[in-house]
Amino acid sequence: MEQILFYIFATMVVISATMVITVRNPVRAVLFLVLTFFSSSAIWLLLEAEFLAIVLVLVYVGAVMVLFLFVVMMLDINIARLREGFTRYLPIGAVVVVMMAVMLGMLVGPEYFGLDKFEDPASQAADYNNTRELGLVLYTVYVYPFEIAAVILLVAIVAAISLTLRRRPQTKYQDPDQQIAVKRSDRVRLVKMDAEKKK
Amino acid sequence: MIALSDFLILGAILFCLSVAGIFLNRKNIIVLLMSIELMLLAVNMNFVAFSHYWGNNAGQVFVFFILTVAAAEAAIGLAILVVLFRNKRTINVEDLDSLKG
Repeated sequence: MEQILFYIFATMVVISATMVITVRNPVRAVLFLVLTFFSSSAIWLLLEAEFLAIVLVLVYVGAVMVLFLFVVMMLDINIARLREGFTRYLPIGAVVVVMMAVMLGMLVGPEYFGLDKFEDPASQAADYNNTRELGLVLYTVYVYPFEIAAVILLVAIVAAISLTLRRRPQTKYQDPDQQIAVKRSDRVRLVKMDAEKKK
Repeated sequence: MIALSDFLILGAILFCLSVAGIFLNRKNIIVLLMSIELMLLAVNMNFVAFSHYWGNNAGQVFVFFILTVAAAEAAIGLAILVVLFRNKRTINVEDLDSLKG
């Protein structure tokens, strides 16, 4: 049963990854990338990495891929020009990649990593909590890398915002600080006037 | 029974596909960034598979950090891309030659 599921999801990963690099429309490429991430998170579930599988869907599909979609749809790109040379590089690219795949397959194939070398570990007990196990080491053994990761995320936020921030001095906008600080005497002026007609 | 080599071969295929993506779409920066994301996914697949078959959590912790760095990289890369498009109205790699390197 697990084997059938693995082969279904592995086929989905390979097909959608192929579509990512071959489809013409970048929006479709992003959507196929989302499919790739979904099916690989299913494969991670088969590997009993539940926390990472959920993080992959939440962080990657939920945040990074939406960011990609946002940028792809925001930019007005000329697709035809970007596709130039696709067929020209196809033969040499295919040759290089097939050779690489064959060599990698020889290296990581069943000869060195088959079931007789690494036997399938028994499934964890029903009360095993992957999130708890990861948290236990993450906040003790790996606490310094964890904090460095937090700093990296902070740097990413600051860099992304400061890169894309655009100041436009000519635009008119409201300043709430000034709006709140205003006094009655700044706005209302009572004028004392004599009546026009004399009695 | 799924062998460890099955997962490793899947990771290898994914990695080769992303290298092919970099070969084929060398004009389009967005697809290049997506190929890099695929590469990281292939590496993460190997980490998770080894962590499962060795019964060691360290691989999963490493994947956690790789995901963090990849998210930061994607955010900054896309920000640079947006600024680039705003200034030059193109994301074609061939047009980005103002440094004359």
